[in-house]
Amino acid sequence: MPSLKDLRGRIKSVQSTRRITSAMKMVAAAKLKKAQGAAEDARPYAERMERMLTSLAAGVSPENAPKLLAGTGSDKVHLLVVVTSDRGLCGGFNGSIVRAVKARIKALEDQGHEVKLLVVGRKGVTLLRREHGPKIVERYEDLVKPAPAFEHADEVVAKVREMFEDGAFDVCTVYYNKFISALTQEVTPLQLIPFQVPDVEEGEDGDDAGEASQAQYDFEPNEEVILDSLLPKNLSVQVYRAMLESFASEQGARMTAMDNATRNAGDMINSLSISYNRMRQAQITNELIEIISGAEAL
Amino acid sequence: MADRIGFDVVSPERLLLSEDVEMVVIPAEEGDMGVMAGHAPTIANVRAGTIAVFSGSSVEKRLFVAGGFLEVTPERCTVLAEQAIPVEDIDVGQVQSQIKDLSEDVSRAKDEREKEALEAFLALAQAKLQAAEQPAYR
Repeated sequence: MPSLKDLRGRIKSVQSTRRITSAMKMVAAAKLKKAQGAAEDARPYAERMERMLTSLAAGVSPENAPKLLAGTGSDKVHLLVVVTSDRGLCGGFNGSIVRAVKARIKALEDQGHEVKLLVVGRKGVTLLRREHGPKIVERYEDLVKPAPAFEHADEVVAKVREMFEDGAFDVCTVYYNKFISALTQEVTPLQLIPFQVPDVEEGEDGDDAGEASQAQYDFEPNEEVILDSLLPKNLSVQVYRAMLESFASEQGARMTAMDNATRNAGDMINSLSISYNRMRQAQITNELIEIISGAEAL
Repeated sequence: MADRIGFDVVSPERLLLSEDVEMVVIPAEEGDMGVMAGHAPTIANVRAGTIAVFSGSSVEKRLFVAGGFLEVTPERCTVLAEQAIPVEDIDVGQVQSQIKDLSEDVSRAKDEREKEALEAFLALAQAKLQAAEQPAYR
């Protein structure tokens, strides 16, 4: 049975925890707004690049397409780029992505493929190291600080391309948390190499897609040369986009987690206060009984 | 009044410029390219150089781009650039010292790969300097 003093101490400590979690929640909310803005600002570039790539890829015959577009022709070695956060306290954010990656690793290995990992974010490294330590070929910790910038994506992509040119892998997929709302994130795999041409049929309902499919482009100097410079750039753009989405998701997840924590702390304070008050009352009653029975004995 | 064409400059991080213009001249890989309303749809590589926005026969605005891509559709002209700054904002002194540092680094480069990367930076800095000191289309 805890004493009154113990209870007082516990109430105090839960109160200060609540203060911290509610502050973290507010910080995350502010950051989330910014991250969402950044993700929206990045959209025009990515959309136009995708449009250009789609019309370019359609015009190139498979035989002389660059390797980044067509792949190496085999799918033996898979590289998984895992985008996680550097900091914890964001609910199931890192857990869910790591779970998906582990399932993917298992599926690939069962099919006899080799798997390599490139991990962005300290939490991902921590969670994957135990089981899949030797597979991690490269890790980036504290890269995305204070917010993702295009150079960060470029740095990661430079490494990926270097490995690709050395023939270290055949297929490259990025795993990241796609931002759906502050409450929900979805683990999304995105294949980078070989480049997957988006379905034109599907995109036809948008104005932009309609415009693109009508347009017959002139190419200067020619398709191959432009593709050669456009494809690497596209990698960076995709990775950058994944980082932005992941960052926004992280803030959303943290906001939700901290909101829950704040609420739980509130509940706990209530129930602790009730038992504190009961105990105090019991003590007073006890003292009264003692005094009264003492007086009666006289 | 002449027809105007929508002109956008976008970087991966944000939309840098979006306005209707009479004509822009863009440094494409195989020579400068003037784009006006009704231009044929085109995709081209852009080399490092100066984008000149024309109003009538005079240049209204100059932007330095560090290479990128150009997409022209009948309604819009879009430049995808990683870096674009107004020419008048280029700090000539800073670029000059950058060129000096880079040329030293190139001569000290350890292997071919490093040297190539440094030379690319150097060429970029030189193009920037040229854009600032000798503006195209006066």
